[in-house]
Amino acid sequence: MRTLADYKSDQYVRWCPGCGDHALLNSIQKAMAELGVAPENIAVVSGIGCSSRLPYYMNTYGMHTIHGRAAAIATGVKTANPKLSVWQISGDGDGLAIGGNHFIHTVRRNVDMNMILMNNRIYGLTKGQYSPTSERGFVSKSSPYGTVEDPFRPAELTFGARGTFFARLVDVDLANSAPIFEAAARHKGASVVEALTNCVIFNDGTHSLIATKEARAENAIYLEHGKAMIFGKEREKGLMQEGFGLKVVKIGENGVTEKDLLIHDAHAQDATLQLKLALLDGTSGFPIALGVIRDVAAPTYDESVTQQIEEVKAKQSVKNLSELLMTRDVWEIK
Amino acid sequence: MTDKLNRIELDNVVVRFSGDSGDGMQLTGTFFCNLAAALGNDISTFPDYPAEIRAPQGTLSGVSGFQVHIGAKKVYTPGDKADVLVAMNPAALKTNAKFLKPDSVVIIDTDTFSEKDLEKALFTTLKPFDELGLGNAQVIEVPITTLCKEALADSGLDNKSIVRTKNMFALGLVCWLFNRPIDNVVSMLTCKFAKKQAVLQANIKALTAGFDFGHNTHASISTYVIQSKEKKAPGFYTDINGNTATAFGLIAAAEKAGLELFLGSYPITPATDILHELAKHKSLGVKTVQAEDEIAGVCTAIGAAYAGALAATSTSGPGLCLKSEAINLAVITELPLVVIDVQRGGPSTGLPTKSEQTDLLQALYGRNGESPLPVIAATSPAQCFDAAFYASKIAVEFMTPVILLTDGYLGNGSEAWKLPNLEEYPDIKPNYISADIENWKPYNRNENLVRYWAVPGTPGRQHRVGGLEKDYATSAISTDPANHQKMTLTRQAKIDNIANFIPELEVIGDEDADLLVVGWGGTFGHLREAVEQVRTTGKKAALAHFQYISPLPKNTVEVLKQYKKIIVCEQNLGQFAGYLRMKIPGIDLLQYNKVEGQPFNVEELVETINAAR
Repeated sequence: MRTLADYKSDQYVRWCPGCGDHALLNSIQKAMAELGVAPENIAVVSGIGCSSRLPYYMNTYGMHTIHGRAAAIATGVKTANPKLSVWQISGDGDGLAIGGNHFIHTVRRNVDMNMILMNNRIYGLTKGQYSPTSERGFVSKSSPYGTVEDPFRPAELTFGARGTFFARLVDVDLANSAPIFEAAARHKGASVVEALTNCVIFNDGTHSLIATKEARAENAIYLEHGKAMIFGKEREKGLMQEGFGLKVVKIGENGVTEKDLLIHDAHAQDATLQLKLALLDGTSGFPIALGVIRDVAAPTYDESVTQQIEEVKAKQSVKNLSELLMTRDVWEIK
Repeated sequence: MTDKLNRIELDNVVVRFSGDSGDGMQLTGTFFCNLAAALGNDISTFPDYPAEIRAPQGTLSGVSGFQVHIGAKKVYTPGDKADVLVAMNPAALKTNAKFLKPDSVVIIDTDTFSEKDLEKALFTTLKPFDELGLGNAQVIEVPITTLCKEALADSGLDNKSIVRTKNMFALGLVCWLFNRPIDNVVSMLTCKFAKKQAVLQANIKALTAGFDFGHNTHASISTYVIQSKEKKAPGFYTDINGNTATAFGLIAAAEKAGLELFLGSYPITPATDILHELAKHKSLGVKTVQAEDEIAGVCTAIGAAYAGALAATSTSGPGLCLKSEAINLAVITELPLVVIDVQRGGPSTGLPTKSEQTDLLQALYGRNGESPLPVIAATSPAQCFDAAFYASKIAVEFMTPVILLTDGYLGNGSEAWKLPNLEEYPDIKPNYISADIENWKPYNRNENLVRYWAVPGTPGRQHRVGGLEKDYATSAISTDPANHQKMTLTRQAKIDNIANFIPELEVIGDEDADLLVVGWGGTFGHLREAVEQVRTTGKKAALAHFQYISPLPKNTVEVLKQYKKIIVCEQNLGQFAGYLRMKIPGIDLLQYNKVEGQPFNVEELVETINAAR
């Protein structure tokens, strides 16, 4: 049995007191202990930003790299050694602004790694500029009159890049976080986990709609594969399909029973409904979806690379460079 | 008839094949060069192709050329100017006029020299040779297209396929001109078109028709013979270009180090062939990732290096710019990484298909902070093999990124290469952390200041590396001023110390000459040839050619101080000269600089050397 302590390094954790990253670090370590992967078989790769300091606090192999490039570097780690459990850590600035290209291509290639996107909708380490996930009109040091641009929605980006796994959790929700990280690790392919994180200094309360247990009961829906979509303090509300959209219904009203509610299907290849669920933003009475929203099987990049090498090896007799050179147009001088 | 022919014996000859990019001139040149090599001649080739894939037919921008230098003895360059030009259309003639010797032999396809064709190539008269000042050229006018159509009338092939065999007709004619049997070409064609019998037969017919045409109708023109006069070392040889040799050098290094080879790359001219070559060799376990951009190319390689592979990335100048930040990550994390820069004309997109040496200072200093790393420059197409091998050896044994500079001329140019015996190459020993070292920290170092490589998967060696400065002793993040000073000096000292493990600088030619010619990298063949030519006129000259640039060979100062005059010749505006002045304060250097995107011209170098003496 492994414990959380097996995954903690001896480094002093230097995030601000109250930062959501503390909770996430804990949840990730808890998930690793639960999964039982030996620390020496784990590589944690991050970019630059507050969240990217995470590898230093892990007693695993780790790289704190350069801004935006964690996904590309992690792709190299995993492709070179597919036996490693690879965790790629970045934030909304690191992963979706400067590293946006690597993010979509890593998702597209379906490299088997866990891509943890800590989304606090702000640049924290550079002291408070708006990020690619900040809402239009967001006031920050670099947007004193409010931003004039629309944000990325990480789910939409993931789905657009043909992602095979997308889950969402919120930092303070300790009870539900570790199981989601575990599900991400079990998924073979690029598992994107959007971890909604609070920045106490520069963007406090950005996820206040679901920051407490009570608020989550009202404003969040926990999606579980095969389970009916129910939420609300008294579990009195549910989601149903209506035309091309979704609607919130009250169980027991207008003849609606639990049986009429949508059953979550994370394994459906068709991502249409999963995307709809992922884009619910807590307004107009709709809840924010948490949990594993999409989890479908597809060939992974690293496995395919290895498999192709094995196939070619089986077919071709050339085993080393000297043999290879003799397959060229050669002439002999005696 | 042949017996009456005037056969002229030559020591060397330069033949240039030129036509539309779709005319198959590269293939024709390659066949001719392989044929010469198989007959014991020495060879050196250089393609000159446009950046456009298929520009409009018959226009100047669509001309693709391939130059072959064949020698009775060792040849060091593809030759300055051509003795023989095959011009498949007026545009090819016009584009190549400046690469012709005044009395050269020019073979043209008269079927493509109509008034309309001349107009397309922007000739203003109907006398292209006079217009180009090529009045003394010996022109062999052949209706190649018509003759191909006649020869293949019964082949059942469509017109387009028949016209495509023009290049083989031209090759047959050139074979006749040089008294070369065409049997070898037939076997090369058989290899190439093994699965396309109709195309194979058509090409053989065109080839034979070309040879016979020369034999039967052009008895009045002299033919040439190049006997092999120098006995080469026994062994198997192949014609190899620099990009392929680079790829093979990496494979050899991986074998010698017992590592998996990983290449992260993004397509860029003129480096892409390295990716192409390595992507083929999955049977040797080579992993190649065609990344989403240049940055991801180097980043995947850095990830692979951390995971324990021999990792490389290949690019050209603009790509090296994009990779700078990531290379610096490899500098501070002290991970082995081979960065190959096949230099091309710059700045910006510059001259993608042409050659320059203008990335030297970028390679040495184009990164933020104090960021020392070894820089190695390959000296000939075949030497790219050794250069890539030793770049890998240094990277792995000294835990450092290494930049290997080749260039478009080396990458695409080719020469005969004796297949190496890998047993004669040294082992490559990764500096792994051994199991018996206790209390290890990731930035602990051996006697050569090299940190140990702890590969993920090794129990008990979990550690973190990263772009932030680390404490010399504990390897934890550190912003301590004295520690940063110490780490900066240590990183520099580690690279400086590599000078003790590289070959010393050698001088070719007269050690007692007054003038020393200095060069580096891909200009070796031209400089050597020029120095030899100066010496054959009874004058003294010497050449010191640098392959190791950072660190410089230990005896650099000692060698340079022996000469009264030094001229540094390079294809930039004096980057190496400036570097030497910084490294050797007070040194007095003359410069010869050329940035035309073309290889050096030996004749011009000889003049320069004579003037400087």
